[in-house]
This record gives sequence, structure tokens and C-alpha cells, in this order.
Amino acid sequence: MADVTLQNLVKTFDTVEAVRGIDLSIPNNEFVVLVGPSGCGKSTVLRMIAGLEDVTGGDIRIGDERVNDVPPKDRNIAMVFQNYALYPHMTVAQNMSFGLRLRKVAKSEIRDKVQRAADILGIAELLDRRPRELSGGQRQRVAMGRAIVRDPEVFLFDEPLSNLDAKLRGQMRIEIQRLHQQLRTTTVYVTHDQVEAMTLADRVVVMNAGRIEQAGTPDEVYHRPRTRFVAGFMGSPAMNFLDCQITEENGRTVARLAAGPALPLPAEQAARARSYTGKKLVAGLRPENIREAAGHDGANSSGVPHDVSIDIVEPLGRETIVYFRLGDATLCARVGTEVHPSAGEQTSLVFHPDRLHLIDPETDLVL
Amino acid sequence: MTAIPFKTAPSLRSNRRWALIAAYACLGIFVVFFLFPPYYMLVTSLKTNAEIAELASNPWIVTDGVTLGHYEHLLTESSFPRFFLNTTIVTVIVVAITMVISVLAAYSLARLRFWGSGVLATGVFLTYLVPDTLLFIPLFKIVGWLGLLDTYWSLVLVYPTLTVPFCTWIMIGYFGSIPRELDEAALIDGANHMQMLLKVFIPVALPGLIAATIFAFTVAWANFLYPLAYIYSESEMVLTVGTVTTLIKGDVFHWGGLMAGALLAAAPPVILYAFLMDYYIAGLTSGATKG
Ligand SMILES: Nc1ncnc2c1ncn2[C@@H]1O[C@H](COP(=O)(O)OP(=O)(O)OP(=O)(O)O)[C@@H](O)[C@H]1O
Ligand SMILES: [Mg+2]
Repeated sequence: MADVTLQNLVKTFDTVEAVRGIDLSIPNNEFVVLVGPSGCGKSTVLRMIAGLEDVTGGDIRIGDERVNDVPPKDRNIAMVFQNYALYPHMTVAQNMSFGLRLRKVAKSEIRDKVQRAADILGIAELLDRRPRELSGGQRQRVAMGRAIVRDPEVFLFDEPLSNLDAKLRGQMRIEIQRLHQQLRTTTVYVTHDQVEAMTLADRVVVMNAGRIEQAGTPDEVYHRPRTRFVAGFMGSPAMNFLDCQITEENGRTVARLAAGPALPLPAEQAARARSYTGKKLVAGLRPENIREAAGHDGANSSGVPHDVSIDIVEPLGRETIVYFRLGDATLCARVGTEVHPSAGEQTSLVFHPDRLHLIDPETDLVL
Repeated sequence: MTAIPFKTAPSLRSNRRWALIAAYACLGIFVVFFLFPPYYMLVTSLKTNAEIAELASNPWIVTDGVTLGHYEHLLTESSFPRFFLNTTIVTVIVVAITMVISVLAAYSLARLRFWGSGVLATGVFLTYLVPDTLLFIPLFKIVGWLGLLDTYWSLVLVYPTLTVPFCTWIMIGYFGSIPRELDEAALIDGANHMQMLLKVFIPVALPGLIAATIFAFTVAWANFLYPLAYIYSESEMVLTVGTVTTLIKGDVFHWGGLMAGALLAAAPPVILYAFLMDYYIAGLTSGATKG
């Protein structure tokens, strides 16, 4: 168990700047998830922590030790790869015990540890099989077993579930969560998957183009994104962005959406937006903050209704996703299942400004 | 089930039958074509000298009684056992040297990204394209200068110039197909580079190594030009040149002995191939990754 500190971490490949100065300190026991679009440098950061890539600039510390020049084998980390990377010529038990055997751990101790890890992961009956005789999900478990028998100070996961089908991914996600609750090992987990990020993380680190856009609890990055990028990246369907103008109407600060309704801002937002009066900003509104008009509960009644024409309807069972046009923009709303909008229909949707994010288009920062 | 598969099934089956018939016909022709020389060698080696010399005799079968005399002569009264031993020594050492050098070279060229590794990999292959008929004269100088002329150690020295480039090249290709995460997993599991190579990489790369071994073995076992150029004493000769020079006296061909010798000399490669082919085809990498 150890904390991990990255200080101004930089990595360049020949001409590509993959990582451009990352500062992150991960306290002991924390589960950190790195998310970001493809190519933003997540894997590179992880591989530098593992010691598989040289560090171009900055420092990596594991515990109190600066490990920039320590080979992977002496970092006491374990890594689970996207494609599992099991040793094909070894049985499951041999795969799991490989690291312990290299460290000359006593045979009986190895057997105990492998058995315990296999029991935790439910693969005890597979110990004598070879990787090619396993299903994808079983291989994934073996890869995790290989990581946990070593009892490392840090776990590194690089998109470990992305090769599994959706259902299995859900199961394994819960299992990883349970594992972390049991072992409390410091973990850095890379994923594309929003749900994995939100459900597993103590802290989500959103990366973009080699930099950290925002690091915070899942709640923070979702509800209080710092930049337009984070606002647009977290959440599915993605947040709607619309040009808007800040005006004062009847003594209230109002965000007038382009070709849309004028939304009176809640007090806190209004205070921040006031200095932008008369200027153009970008308004970010999540799909769940645009609801159907009928039957919505009184508590949220600060909404402003607006007539829109429905473009596409995606019924998902639990809710319905509705795409509609507002001026030139296509927006997305989540409505309940009690209404049944149909494509082409004119209907009234209610815009709720209480979770409106205002973004300065010059800095792309959320106010 | 709709009617479509029902209708196409018979024609599929007859297509398949025709494909099989054609395939077996082709195979049959090849088998006859390639097995003819060994068969002829076997038959001739079992005939008495008198029958071989008899122009009227049937060349395809032994009519005058089977004799093992040629084999007996070869194994007890000629230098053939000596040649066999020399060839074996040369081959074993050459294969060992080749595999050590090529595995390390191919590993570094395939895996370690260093300045110029791409050019070097191409260069290695280009050296293989220089024909040995061009090389044996300059190499003669080097061998002579090292004092190795007329010993089979000269072959141990020069054969790797043929085997290493090609073996390195095929292994670069094979190693490239092994997922890099496999080495990385071993390094993270606590292996140093040597342990990773020996315990993970080489076992996984075995089919590639076996292909290279077969090639090196064949070159070292069967090369004719170099021993012809560098070796003159009977005690130093290897099978290829030794059999021919001792069994052709002037213009007298000892056909029975020649055929027996050729057959015995060809046996070890055949046995090796048969033994290694299973491994070669087995493809041990399956299951390493999501695959
Ligand atoms: N070995 C390499 N040589 C050159 N460029 C590289 C190398 N590895 C990564 N890169 C580049 O560095 C950048 C970051 O790559 P990285 O693999 O870290 O992305 P990622 O965030 O993990 O993406 P993904 O989600 O697709 O896995 C990319 O632009 C990539 O092209
Ligand atoms: Mg990646």
C-alpha cells in the first residue's frame, strides 16, 4: 500500500507530445479513474507509472521513493492489460504464481495465495486449464488474479473490461468494486467507459490532449465541471451546448438561449454571470434538465416551457431520449415514459435552468 | 429451415467432393514425383553390384536378391562413420551458435526500439541475399588466415554467415506477432530481461524458433560448396563431400554405396522434421490475448 505522486509528468514520443505536464497525487487506498478521449495519453501515464515507458520529464513517486529510473520489477506494482496478456504456455495456476515464483516465495505459501485469490475471483476450478481453454471473462479474472496474488502496492488497470460484452462488463465492474473494498490497494484505472468511471472512482481524472482537465469526485466532475470539455465529455447522452446572451430582464439575470427560451438564472449563477451582461456565452444544459411539460413534479417548477419540434425519438424503456431542433442546433432531452412524443410532432418541453452551466467561449471555462 | 439450404446442399456436397478429388490427384502426383528419387536410392542401395551393372535388369525392383553389403561396407570399411560424426558436430554447433545469435538479434530488432533498428533489420536480410558462390573466395582468405583451412571448424565459422541472417529475419517476423503486453506483463511480474526471455518469450515464440532451427540444420547438414572448397583431408570431411569423393574413384561410380550413403545421410533431417513439425504447427500463442 502506497500513495502515488506525479509531478509535472511529461512524455514525448519523437514528435508526439503524448503527456504534457501532469500533476496528480493519489493518496493511499484511493481508486483513481483516468478517463478521456482516445489518444489523450491515459495509457501513456499508466505505463509510465508501471515503468514500461521512460519518463521524458517530471517525477513519479511511489511511497516515498522517486521511481523514474526504477525498473518495473522493483516497483511492486501489478497491471491488468486490456487484452489480458496471459502466458499462453502456462496453466492458470502457473500464470497467477509466476511473479511469486520469480521472487522465490515458498511453495506452500504460493499455493495458499493462489488458492485464496482463485476463491475470491471464483476461478478455483479453472486452475489447471490453459488460457486458450478459457472464455474472455474467465481470462479477465485470471489476469486480475495474477495481479492480486502478488499483493502489490499499486494496481494499474488499462481498460480491463473493454473486451467483454456489456453484461459481463457490468458484472466484472461490480467485482472490481468489491475487490477494492476488500483489498483497499491504491488503484489507477484507465477507461473509456463513463459508467465505469462514475461507479468505480473515488476520484475521476478527466484528461484531454495530454493534460488533466479536471480531477474530482464523480459528483464534482458531473455536476460541477470546470471546463467545457469536461462538461461535454462526462454524461451520456452528452450535454447540450447553445449560444446564449446574458441580459437583465425585470431585475433578474437571464440567459437568453439562441432561438430558445430565456432562462432566469438561480441566484448563485446570476451573481457569476452578471459581469457578462450583454455578452455572448455558451449555455450547457444536460438532457435530464430538459423535461416533458406534463406531470413534472412541483419542486422543480422553476422550468421554462418552450415549443419545439421533435426530430428523433429513442425509447429506452426506463426513459425516452428525444432529439429536437432549436434554431440550427440539435438538442437532446430525457423525458419520462408517461409521455409519448413522436417524430415531427410539435410539443412543449420544459427547460430547467437550476443546473445550467455557463461557459465563457474565450477561455472554455465554466463560470 | 427454409428451402434454400436444402436445395444447395447436394451441390455443395458435390462441389466438395470434386475439390477433394482434385486435391488428392494433385497430391498424388507430387508424392510420386518427390518420392521417386528416395525410392530409387533405396532400391539401388539394396542391389548387388552385379545387378546394378547389368543393363538388362529392371531398375525398379530388386530381382537378384537383396543385399545389405553396401551398408555394411559403408559403416565398417569406409570413412562414412567419420563423415557422419563430423557433420553431426558441425551441425550441432552451428545450430547452437545460430540460435543464440539470431534469437538475441531478432529480439532486439523486433522489440527494443533503438536508433536505426529498422535499417539494421533490413540490412540483416540483405546480407542473406548475397549468394555463397560469391562469398566463398573472400571467406577462403579469412579461413586461411585463421588457420582453419582443411578442418571442419572452418565450416563452424562460415555456416553462420548463411544461417544467422535468414534465421534472424524469420524470427523478427515471428516475434513481431507476439503481443508486446506479454513481455510487459512478465517484466511487471518481476522478471528481469533474461528471465522474461527464457521463461515467457522463448516458450511462446517456440514455433518461430523451430522454423529457424530447421533452416539452420538443413543448411549446416547439406551444404556442399564450402566443404568442397575448404576441406581436403578425408578425416575432416563431412557427409556431403566425403560420400561423393570417396565413393567416386576416378570415373568409377560405386552406385550401391553412393545410394546407401545418401540415404543414411538424408535420414536425420527427415527424422528431425517429422519430430518438430507437430510443434511447429501447434501454434502455442493461442489464448494469450482476447484472440
Ligand atoms: N510508442 C509510441 N510511439 C509514438 N507515439 C505513441 C506511442 N504510444 C502512444 N503514442 C501516442 O501518444 C498519444 C497518447 O497515446 P495513449 O496510448 O496514451 O492514448 P490513450 O489515451 O490510452 O488512448 P486510447 O483510449 O485509445 O487507449 C497518442 O497520440 C499516441 O499516438
Ligand atoms: Mg490506451
